Amino acid sequence: MAKKRRLRKILYHVFTLCFGFVMVYPLIWIIMSSFRESAEILRDSVRLFPKVWTLENYIDGWKGFGDGGYTFGTYFWNTFVICVVGTVGAVISSTMVGYGFARIHFPGKGIWFICMMLTMMLPGQVLSIPQYILFNKLGWVGSNLPLIVPAFFGQGFFIFLTMQFIQGIPYELDEAARIDGCSRYSTFVHIILPLIKPAVITTTIFSFYWKWDDYFGQLLYLVKPKSYTVSVALKLFADPESLGDTGPMFAMAALSMLPVLIIFLFFQKYLVEGISTTGLKG
Amino acid sequence: MKKKKKKSSWLYNDTAAGYFFVMPFIIGFLCFTIVPIVSSFLYSFTNYSMVNTPKFVGLSNYIRMFTKDPAYFKAFRVTLVYVITSVPMRLVFALLVALLLNAGTRFTGFYRALYYLPTLVGGSIAISVTWKLMFQTEGLINQLLQAVGIDSHVGWLTQTKTALGVLIALSIWQFGASMIIFLAGLKNIPLIYYEAASVDGANAFVKFFKITLPMLSPVIFFNLIMTLINGFVNFTQAYVITAGKPVNSTMMYVMYLYNQAFRNGNMGYACGMAWIMLILIAVLTAFIFKSSDAWVYYESSLSDKKKKKRRGQNGKKAQA
Repeated sequence: MAKKRRLRKILYHVFTLCFGFVMVYPLIWIIMSSFRESAEILRDSVRLFPKVWTLENYIDGWKGFGDGGYTFGTYFWNTFVICVVGTVGAVISSTMVGYGFARIHFPGKGIWFICMMLTMMLPGQVLSIPQYILFNKLGWVGSNLPLIVPAFFGQGFFIFLTMQFIQGIPYELDEAARIDGCSRYSTFVHIILPLIKPAVITTTIFSFYWKWDDYFGQLLYLVKPKSYTVSVALKLFADPESLGDTGPMFAMAALSMLPVLIIFLFFQKYLVEGISTTGLKG
Repeated sequence: MKKKKKKSSWLYNDTAAGYFFVMPFIIGFLCFTIVPIVSSFLYSFTNYSMVNTPKFVGLSNYIRMFTKDPAYFKAFRVTLVYVITSVPMRLVFALLVALLLNAGTRFTGFYRALYYLPTLVGGSIAISVTWKLMFQTEGLINQLLQAVGIDSHVGWLTQTKTALGVLIALSIWQFGASMIIFLAGLKNIPLIYYEAASVDGANAFVKFFKITLPMLSPVIFFNLIMTLINGFVNFTQAYVITAGKPVNSTMMYVMYLYNQAFRNGNMGYACGMAWIMLILIAVLTAFIFKSSDAWVYYESSLSDKKKKKRRGQNGKKAQA
């Protein structure tokens, strides 16, 4: 009986591991291909490990595709700027709005709250055309402003996440602060903010990660090679019209996934909790 | 006395404080949601093309959409087929994997991370570009098939029969987020139910259909709505992997909208298309919400407790 159970256990782990390996195989393939010689990628890429390990793809890929002499250094920097500034905006605005909705009673709150929930359901692509017209009138097309500025006005998902978190904090704390003469503003800064660190971390991770992976917005607004992000550059790299070789393209694709993988490695707990809590309580 | 005076000042006024904190959202909502929605509604009755001054053309954009534009209908149909096939398949796959990982061993955390990895990077351009290379005629998929003895030279991306399937496969592969939500939901089902069912002699199938599925239905409901909406607005993958080819067999709605707006400069027409999609998604969501009474099971005692708790908190807030 015990023997049978152990056999089942081993079978379970073998199966789960093998199936998991199949699932992540494309990722392994990207990483391995980035170290292969270009000719080998197309001829026999079934072999797991490269015949000859080479870093040439990374050196070639980093140079970009000769579009105005910009390298992937520029593209990574551009992406980084959008992600960092946008994330700072998302964190500041979403914690503020989340606190307002979670703790303060004011006339009209119900209506604004419903509006906030509706924006969560509204897919951004639906608004993309009129937003483009708006930003075009403001003269922002071609700059990264359309990708950064809206983040400073709160994002439904993050507001909701912060709200959920604040509602888990006992209201007695706010009351005690109020009795001691704290206004709502100082309660927010001194009592609530230090307590919602996990929500702030989750917002930071998701905001950075979504901005890093975004393509649609970047495709619309970043029209000059000088302001290309990694996503835009990678797509051009892969186009048959460009001179990009597959090897260097794989190298840059692998490099572009690196920040997200690092975040996942260190903050997995927050990512998983963010997905499951907002998912369950949505 | 002093305190009372202080309390009446603006610093202690809840309405002022409330609007102060929520102000970023209100401004953003008006500027970046309401103004675009209203203006796109107005533009959809014009022939606006970014360079001309918009001229009122009545309903002609909508009439053209439904009667004179076969490509629009094709995009509509392709998107519908994509959503109807990929969404249920992704959810079922996510549920199966969640059940597999729910065994609760020491390695569950590791397995969950492993199975989530594809989703983590799945939306990126890097993956779309890779997917395109994988399914080329000389790509990895055909090489793998040849390695196991199937002499495959299928041009997955160049045949109308298979091109959409490649995109659907990519969508199913992104099952990770749903899987994590299902896993969390499975953990919340009290073990007592299963034990009681075992005592009554229920087998694994009965337990799954009578306990697991009903208890999980609120989570499935939420997942269904979110994946459905995201399925309808797929752009990146179709744009990068197939670019709508061959013969528009993978031309998704949003991609067609993008082409009309930015390639052909038909901004007014594209605004009308966006509105039709908005209405379609709203109707569909409302329909699922309505139908949820029939198949989503909420534990009444639990939600009652929650309601009471919330009421208590609100009461406190009102007092404060």
